[in-house]
Amino acid sequence: MTGKRTVIPFGPQHPVLPEPIHLDLVVEDEHVVEAIPSIGYVHRGLESLVDRRDYSDFVFLAERICGICSFTHSSTFCQGIEGLMGIEIPDRARYLRTLWGEYSRIHSHLLWLGLFADALGFESLFYNAWKIRESILNEMEATTGGRVIQGVCKVGGVRRDISNDFLSGMDNRLDAVEDEMQELVKVFLNDYTLKKRVCGKGKLSASDAYALGAVGPVARGSGVAQDVRMTDYLAYKDLGFKPIIADSCDGYGRCEVRCKELFQSVDLIRRIITDIPEGDVSVAVKGNPDGEYFSRSEQPRGEVIHYIRGNGTKNLTQFRVRTPTLTNVPALVSMLAGCELADVPQIVLTIDPCIGCMER
Amino acid sequence: MTSAAKSPWLLHYNASSCNGCDIEILAALTPLYDVERFGIINTGNPAHADIFVVTGGVNEQNKEVLKNLYDQIPEPKVVVAVGICASSGGVFRDCYNVSGGVDTIIPVDVYVPGCSVRPEALIEGVVKAIGVLEEKRAKMEAEK
Repeated sequence: MTGKRTVIPFGPQHPVLPEPIHLDLVVEDEHVVEAIPSIGYVHRGLESLVDRRDYSDFVFLAERICGICSFTHSSTFCQGIEGLMGIEIPDRARYLRTLWGEYSRIHSHLLWLGLFADALGFESLFYNAWKIRESILNEMEATTGGRVIQGVCKVGGVRRDISNDFLSGMDNRLDAVEDEMQELVKVFLNDYTLKKRVCGKGKLSASDAYALGAVGPVARGSGVAQDVRMTDYLAYKDLGFKPIIADSCDGYGRCEVRCKELFQSVDLIRRIITDIPEGDVSVAVKGNPDGEYFSRSEQPRGEVIHYIRGNGTKNLTQFRVRTPTLTNVPALVSMLAGCELADVPQIVLTIDPCIGCMER
Repeated sequence: MTSAAKSPWLLHYNASSCNGCDIEILAALTPLYDVERFGIINTGNPAHADIFVVTGGVNEQNKEVLKNLYDQIPEPKVVVAVGICASSGGVFRDCYNVSGGVDTIIPVDVYVPGCSVRPEALIEGVVKAIGVLEEKRAKMEAEK
């Protein structure tokens, strides 16, 4: 016998969410029949500010679309303007952008692992993940001046160089971080209790992931090899990149992808440090953008697209962002249908929701 | 000093912030800064909270949520506006959907500027908030 349908609100203020999203959970007994998302709690409308800020100032605003993927947003925006104006940035700047991008991926994935552990009730695991994350943030702060908002990207290159001595120091310090991460990841991938909570929950088949347009670790956790880094932007074409995929098609798969990407990023950073060419880190920029451009890159959460249109004046005429979390929400809705009410918080977290990005 | 003032509980709400300040609030709780050693806990329940930590410039959709949460926190309560967006609207001040600071909706006691806020600054803000909380409590006691 099944009970009558009840609607249970989830969010916008919820202990498991650092950010507000609202879901109406239609439940029958303890089973979720349907989840209806409603968004807009973080919408600021910053895309409209392009008509008041010129394109070089807007880099700072693009960076503030989201505080976690801040660096990737600024580099994607700069990449778009550079593509539109036909600017070729120096090789060293290309490598540095890749380096900081990979550092922010490690910081974001560790942040997620922590939040995920917290959602499962593993509080000390949460603290351990964030403890390791602090050493990544220290490197960010030492090289850019900012912990989470860096302000280091600009149209035509980057603002700061990293000396070769410091780079080899970073390489040495990565060893300790890598050891700590190995210990941490062991728990996420092997712990009995944790696997009981995660395996088989939030199922998303490969065909659904593809059809619903999932991106990033959500798609890769379902066995879809979708990663913008394969398109060889920035320095990825020199580094030779292969995406990590998992085929369990559930929360565990998504967790596994992110855990393995931590070490993939460490390897990429090591390659960057050995291969980085000498030279300038920026070129002079003259003129204004004219025309339209789609700029893509891989954020920690998946593919981000910046659409940029200019008319030859210093202000862009249109700016539009397509962020990975918004793209992953349809996949989330399909994962939630049929799950247990108690699993909703952790299934929501497996897509690594970044509402700041999603709503801008 | 009452025990609640030694170890106040926080309620955190993201009122259209970019996330930068929110992750720094969480970072302040984790091992490097570790305010939990003083008994400061990030609670999810407004009825348990003493200090309301708000980030972001507040938009049309969440101002009701913000008011609701504020009303549910028992007296005495202190509001800390974390980050420049919460203090004045910051870079998003000119956006069509941003009301320009938490104090346009609810009274704010402590402002912590920065973009994004550093955990050290945040901790100082919360320490100031504890002072304000004590003052408010003393005033309530006197009025009894």
